[in-house]
Amino acid sequence: MKITTYINDERKDFQVEPGEVLLDLLRREGYTSVKEGCKTGDCGACMVLVNGRAMTSCTLFVSQVDGKKVRTSEGLHDELAENLRKEFVEVGAIQCGFCIPGVLVSSYSLLTHNPDPTEEEIKAALDGNLCRCTGYVKQIEAIKNVARDFEGVSK
Amino acid sequence: MSGEEKEYDVVSHSFPKVDGEALAKGRKVFLDDIENSTDLVASILTSPFAHAQIVDLDTTKAEKVPGVESILHYGNVPRVPHTTAGQGYPEPSPYDAYIFDDRVRFVGDRVAAVAGTSWEAVQEGLQAIEVEYKELDPILDPDRSRQSEIRIHPEEDSTGIYDPEKNIAAHVDIEVGDAGAALADADVVVTAKCKTQFAQHAPIEPHIATAHVDEYDRLIIRTSTQVPFHVRRIVSQVVGVPIKKIRVIKPRVGGAFGVKQEILLEDLVSLFALRTGKKVKMRLSREEEFVSSRTRHPMEVEVELGASKDGRLKGIRMEALSNTGAYGTHSLTVLSNVGSKTLPLYNEAPDVHFYGDAVYTNMPVPGAYRGYGAPQGYYSLEVAMDKLAEEVGMDPIEIRKINHIQEEETSPIFEKLGEGKEGTVQYIHSCKLDECIDVGAERIRWGERGSIKEAHDTEDKARGFGMSINMQGSGIPLVDLAAARLKLNEDGSFNLFVGATDLGTGSDTVLAQIAAETLGVDLDNIVVYSSDTDFTPFDSGAYASSTTYVSGNAVKKVAEDVKSQIIDLAATQYGADSKDLEIEEGRIHTPGGTIDLSDFAILTTSGELELDQQQIEATASEVPAESPPPFAAHFVDLEVDKRTGEIEILKYVAAVDCGTAINPNLAEGQMEGAIVNGIGYALTEEMEFSNSGEMINPSFFDYKIPNTEDIPEVEVILVESEEPTGPHGAKSVGEIGIDGAIPAISNAVRDATGITITESPFTPEKVWKKLQEAK
Repeated sequence: MKITTYINDERKDFQVEPGEVLLDLLRREGYTSVKEGCKTGDCGACMVLVNGRAMTSCTLFVSQVDGKKVRTSEGLHDELAENLRKEFVEVGAIQCGFCIPGVLVSSYSLLTHNPDPTEEEIKAALDGNLCRCTGYVKQIEAIKNVARDFEGVSK
Repeated sequence: MSGEEKEYDVVSHSFPKVDGEALAKGRKVFLDDIENSTDLVASILTSPFAHAQIVDLDTTKAEKVPGVESILHYGNVPRVPHTTAGQGYPEPSPYDAYIFDDRVRFVGDRVAAVAGTSWEAVQEGLQAIEVEYKELDPILDPDRSRQSEIRIHPEEDSTGIYDPEKNIAAHVDIEVGDAGAALADADVVVTAKCKTQFAQHAPIEPHIATAHVDEYDRLIIRTSTQVPFHVRRIVSQVVGVPIKKIRVIKPRVGGAFGVKQEILLEDLVSLFALRTGKKVKMRLSREEEFVSSRTRHPMEVEVELGASKDGRLKGIRMEALSNTGAYGTHSLTVLSNVGSKTLPLYNEAPDVHFYGDAVYTNMPVPGAYRGYGAPQGYYSLEVAMDKLAEEVGMDPIEIRKINHIQEEETSPIFEKLGEGKEGTVQYIHSCKLDECIDVGAERIRWGERGSIKEAHDTEDKARGFGMSINMQGSGIPLVDLAAARLKLNEDGSFNLFVGATDLGTGSDTVLAQIAAETLGVDLDNIVVYSSDTDFTPFDSGAYASSTTYVSGNAVKKVAEDVKSQIIDLAATQYGADSKDLEIEEGRIHTPGGTIDLSDFAILTTSGELELDQQQIEATASEVPAESPPPFAAHFVDLEVDKRTGEIEILKYVAAVDCGTAINPNLAEGQMEGAIVNGIGYALTEEMEFSNSGEMINPSFFDYKIPNTEDIPEVEVILVESEEPTGPHGAKSVGEIGIDGAIPAISNAVRDATGITITESPFTPEKVWKKLQEAK
């Protein structure tokens, strides 16, 4: 089948098998920030925004994003995204970094919808992103710091 | 902390990781990104049986599957007994593995492999291979295995197995003094016998490797590995290509924790590349990672402590039974470390006996896993210490303080027991364990625990506090080698080439900081290139907590060498005496004035220099004479729901002495990650098996590693000491953080409820059952 999606603001027309998994399509097309960690929707390394909502691309068929906007981690460019990246690097929230693109998508989605989250809300927003290196401590700290600064700016 | 703290410019500062930005931006740095598309891909057909003989293997149909290009199996590959363990040569693990064998020894063992033009073709090819198995009786239990007639390794060409007749892969027995007599004479004797489970490393990036033969007939392997040089040697050994024809390149590694200290895919991608002339990629799925890669050795460890009435240890007996699964990779060394990384901690005990077996079973293969036997040993040892404290009426903290090793002390265990052989004499030069205990106790409110418990205990819920102390090591003394090369560029920057392997730990950053500090330059003037066997000098690899201490010392040495070359050359150029020159903050200070290193560096390669133009560079090697232990104290405040058996950790505090923390943020990160990994090991993580030895929960949905919702408040405190043998006072910190959780949590549950949980993980079912039994 033929589908049209908007990946990182760019219109893309693909001829695809309806059963193809979005993760595979994205990686084949070179969006390699989208990682394969489990392919069962459990690790979150393949998280992307679909119409602004964080979803695991390994559990979506390409047909499900026909006509929709898909944003991958490398497609996040605004100030919030850059602040998140900077803070993750600064506080040491990145170790191996394999989970990070997915974690950033979830963090970005959280702060877009909720600029001043509580620790519980941060934990809830990231509960679909497994990280084996950091123990999450500094990832949560980084998000808190960005939220605090973000709030400061918007005030 | 001591009053003689040193001032550092680069070291002891939390610089961002040198690869941080690339990782944050999701750039193409992992192997599956770099080699997004290869000519061929390949997968492995694995055994559905725990124990079977392959009677016949027919690939006729598989060969005809469109897209299938090459098939490997026992009938068409060399039979070379070897170990998959990436350890220093000669490896202390038995040579009991083959690329393929006509016998399979666990569910998930290799049967054949297929390379083809697509994953679909490969899958179809694998399914079309016809295998006739003769099922053999599987042995799933190590104790039964020792007594069984059935042999798991009956083949005649395997070597280094301790007792193949009894399925014992490895055996250890060391005694200092007479532990039996000491225990018989002791005022108080307590025992603890605890059992641990099969657990998985679960890096988020599964194993992946590619190989191709280049234009000059050299085999180029890219692999997500901890041990690129061991990969090169073992591939050479089993595939039969000389080392000089092999280049191994490590990309960024997406987590490892020991599971990538094994050669699991590299031999196969190499054979496929050699046979097809094409670039081949292999990548384990998450399910394959669980079923077929490596695990942590499940163990049963019994500890018997004898002490005087005042709580001073007189004797320790420790017996370990380790399940080494189908192959003996790391069997001897992990077993050794159960004792060697735990018993020296309590050097108050003069008489110590440690012994045990690592036994083959038809179960998945354990290997190296962060902690490497120490977590299993500490479980029983630290549970026993709490029992002893109770017996003699002492606070758990006080009894540990009077028994643990101190600065300038030694333990005979260091000499008796090393990595699968005798060890080396070692004195402790840095130990701030008492400070770790004190600050940890304060942060967890240890002194107020009685009143906190009283205030919070209800009919349904019981609050409890527990602790444990641990030591680990910093590398393998007199065995492992790390080397580093450093060269000066015309702009005053330096290329640092290290064989050391950054797995995400931040070691590239830590090593660059050590170089910058030693040279007297800024961190951003150090360009690190790591782990490429053609270009970087040898390093044993990232394991045994070796990188900061061992590779770090190599880097410090090479930086000192290069610095003195610069100073000597500058002294000659400016007619001064070398001893009057110094490099600080990127400037060379001479008696006649100051010159920027960048201005001087360009002279070294230009005709402007009055003396010889030259490439200033050096290589340095480090073989550590000792392995200074980091020390840690872990504290847990938790609540047990007596109705359900559920444990909720409210707060977790760990204080660690890792010498100078070269990069405090990264050192904390090592601890935090290891603590949460340890909490998962203690509470939820368990590979579960059917009666026929098949893993029944091979997914992240069913094998529960902690996510953000599972973690308590975690506080890590770095209690810095100055290790005189370490680079700028540092010791390593990669593993020690995983040693404390199981015993500290077990001790806290006991404090809360009076029951001792002697089997991990501490699931609600187990806790609830124990609570019912205790009623």
